[in-house]
Amino acid sequence: MAGKKKEIKPLATGDKTIPPKGAKMIPIYIMGKEYLVPETLTIMKAVEYSGFKYVRGCGCRGGICGACATFYRYLGDYKLHTGLACQTVVGPDMVLAQLPFFPSNRPDYNLEGLESSPHEELRRLYPEVFKCVGCGTCTRTCPMDIDVMDYIALMKRGDLKGAAHKSFDCVLCGLCASRCPAQISQFTAAMYVRRLHARHEVPKAAHLESRVEDVKNGKYERMHKELAKMKQDDIKKLYVEREREPDMSELGKWMPEDKEHL
Amino acid sequence: MSGYGPEFQELIKKVVATRPARVEASRRGESFPALTMKEREIWLGKYHPDYKSDGRRAVEVGPNKGDVFPEEVSVLLESKSMLTDVEVNLDNPDYETDVLVIGAGGAGTAAALAASDEGLNVLVSTKLRHGDSNTVMAEGGIQGADQEGDSPYYHYLDVIGGGHFTNKTALAGAMTNDAPLIIHWLEKMGMMFDKLPDGRMKVRHGGGTSRKRMHSAGDMTGAEIMRVVKDEARNRTKSINVLEFSPAVELLTNKEGAVTGAVLQNLETHEYYVVKAGSVVIATGGFGRLHIQGFPTTNHYGATADGIVMAYRAGVSLTDLDSTQYHPTGAIYPEQNVGLLITEKVRGLGAQLLNVDGEQFCFPLEPRDVESACIIRECLDLGKGFTTPTGRPGVWLDSPMIDMLHGEGTVRKELPAKYIQFKRYDIDISKEPMLIYPTLHYQNGGLAINEFGETGVEGLLSAGEVAGGVHGRNRLMGNSLLDVLVFGRRAGLKAAELSKKSKKGKDTTLTLKHIEDFEKELKKSGITDPMVGPVVLPDYTPDHVKSRRWTSL
Ligand SMILES: Cc1cc2nc3c(=O)[nH]c(=O)nc-3n(C[C@H](O)[C@H](O)[C@H](O)COP(=O)(O)OP(=O)(O)OC[C@H]3O[C@@H](n4cnc5c(N)ncnc54)[C@H](O)[C@@H]3O)c2cc1C
Ligand code: SF4
Ligand code: SF4
Ligand code: FES
Repeated sequence: MAGKKKEIKPLATGDKTIPPKGAKMIPIYIMGKEYLVPETLTIMKAVEYSGFKYVRGCGCRGGICGACATFYRYLGDYKLHTGLACQTVVGPDMVLAQLPFFPSNRPDYNLEGLESSPHEELRRLYPEVFKCVGCGTCTRTCPMDIDVMDYIALMKRGDLKGAAHKSFDCVLCGLCASRCPAQISQFTAAMYVRRLHARHEVPKAAHLESRVEDVKNGKYERMHKELAKMKQDDIKKLYVEREREPDMSELGKWMPEDKEHL
Repeated sequence: MSGYGPEFQELIKKVVATRPARVEASRRGESFPALTMKEREIWLGKYHPDYKSDGRRAVEVGPNKGDVFPEEVSVLLESKSMLTDVEVNLDNPDYETDVLVIGAGGAGTAAALAASDEGLNVLVSTKLRHGDSNTVMAEGGIQGADQEGDSPYYHYLDVIGGGHFTNKTALAGAMTNDAPLIIHWLEKMGMMFDKLPDGRMKVRHGGGTSRKRMHSAGDMTGAEIMRVVKDEARNRTKSINVLEFSPAVELLTNKEGAVTGAVLQNLETHEYYVVKAGSVVIATGGFGRLHIQGFPTTNHYGATADGIVMAYRAGVSLTDLDSTQYHPTGAIYPEQNVGLLITEKVRGLGAQLLNVDGEQFCFPLEPRDVESACIIRECLDLGKGFTTPTGRPGVWLDSPMIDMLHGEGTVRKELPAKYIQFKRYDIDISKEPMLIYPTLHYQNGGLAINEFGETGVEGLLSAGEVAGGVHGRNRLMGNSLLDVLVFGRRAGLKAAELSKKSKKGKDTTLTLKHIEDFEKELKKSGITDPMVGPVVLPDYTPDHVKSRRWTSL
């Protein structure tokens, strides 16, 4: 049976859309051109259903990578909407265009050896952040419902912790930057602030530091070597008999009976 | 209004009808009986896609000739190069680099950073944007033994026990040993780990762990890792050059078969680029988008096994690639959630699986592979599954039981992300059940490597989901993010070392001799009409469009 491509009956239908019989078809306008697609599809699947093959504008297909930023309006309505193509359902008379890339400002930096306070560093690297006019367009634009204007305000005020947490859900889609009258690249500034905050304002994990020392001294390589020499049955026994830390234990307080292998 | 139309509502009534009795039974501690070991074996053999002989066959060429793989994988391993019978000029490389990294997910970016730490220049080829990958999708967490009551020793035991003792021990040892170094490296790069106020890592248990060592960053751990390592790479434009939308489509070798470079393809202009490199790291991730046997997948758009195809032609052997992790509960409705992962936690909190008649048919917390087999059996063999309007089979996952068992509000509190993802489509999972079916989640096996990421073919290294052996035939949650960073860094360091050495007299000619040899073998095996590989991007063009494409693109 060499070389014969066997036809296999699929157990399911992968990611290709198979519309049900009698599915209601609705008109959408992909970059202004009309296509008829079954209702209930996401923009991404509707675009593929129409015959497009993505190169840009598609990544995780699960709402977390930010590759599929999309602008849309409905015919006869002035309102401009945004969404992620993989998460937004098409509606009748939707007129859409994806924004797979938007130029942003991102200066290089060195996270180590800051010359001044984190807030000053931010001012030096991203002076434009301090020129936000507070129009709120970014917040209205964000498909992740992040209060972008607020995290920018927190940055201006020097509350980097607040800004880091407020911006945490950002998927770097660039939609906010595309609409900012002050020409700020909010999401690159936020990326910088999150790293700055986690590196310089959050206390380091002391237990991790000391474990790293032990690893570097080869402590566990020695233990692993011992294990490698053991018979499989003995290892299975060790596995079955290993102690389990209770679910409700307090972090850093619980200790096993066997302390020899810590 | 509910996101479930009237035809769904009719069937949901059957679920609602049996619910009070099921909740009562759960309260009494009664559950549907688990399968015996013997039954498990039979059901797995008959229904699990890994064991079913249907849809699987031996590959007829290459280092693993005679080994059985899913049809989709075998066909791909027997594919021919895009560069067969075309005029290729390899004399003037477009890029010369110390290290070439193929694939910019977690593993590839870690490799690039490690080689750049060694003072070398790195060229990174990637298919989509930097970071569009499976790494970005990991929600749950990353393991690492850094608490006082834990150690890499116990982590190791958990890893090999979870892998049913099929792991390559040197790899499991390297991964657990380096784990604290990796967590520390991420902390130092400014990753926002979940921490206590004093800086202590907030860690949790995961399936199969003996100690709490699951680190997280909210419910987007992988996304946070990816954006941090990518951001760091972007700070090093002097030493790291990332070529987006330019996947590798073939390796290049010298006359002895050592890898000396690769051919990339610009997906937008369709130009090919020739790269000459001191060493090459393959970090192209998993194969979910091959949709083995038509399964939906949790994987990102570019997960098409390209690295496997290229390396196999260059002589790298495969380990455990016949073993695939199907997550039993992937969403199948609404259409926009298809493939979406519904975490084990839902069943952990008491939600049961029900067929179209609202009846239980299996113990909800069987091991992942067994649970998947049960669901497939119910739908395809017994015909008691639900079929969605888009033709997908599935069963109910009765999430409303959770609030009834643990109190109003539990679903929203414990499963906030899932709650929102369904609420968006007007389905309140605390009041209405979900529809699920097994989904293709993780490639357990892959390219065989040693603990330094070496593949056995000179000049070629590999790391991440594309490589196999670390987890054996079953991976525990939280060890994959760890794996990709540990072996990404290790492979990057080794690649740097090899590249430095290669400057002293390695034959660096660029040829496609391995391709010519491979294609001779194809002919000899009677494979006369092979497909062209690698796949690069999956094709979701519907039939009504295809039928109107009178000429090829
Ligand atoms: C939904 C989901 C949830 C998960 N949850 C967890 C979890 O909680 N914990 C955990 O530890 N693991 C989890 N995993 C698994 C884990 O995320 C992945 O196994 C891991 O991140 C893979 O990393 P990688 O770098 O090897 O591959 P990827 O991150 O997939 O990166 C591979 C890269 O290579 C590129 N590429 C592919 N082909 C080519 C080519 N021909 N040329 C150039 N580039 C190419 C791809 O585009 C991609 O950018 C999860 C996976 C998924 C899908
Ligand atoms: S903050 Fe900006 S880049 Fe981030 S998700 Fe919102 S709109 Fe997109
Ligand atoms: S859009 Fe720009 S100017 Fe307006 S609030 Fe946001 S950051 Fe400020
Ligand atoms: S494709 Fe990743 S967010 Fe839509």
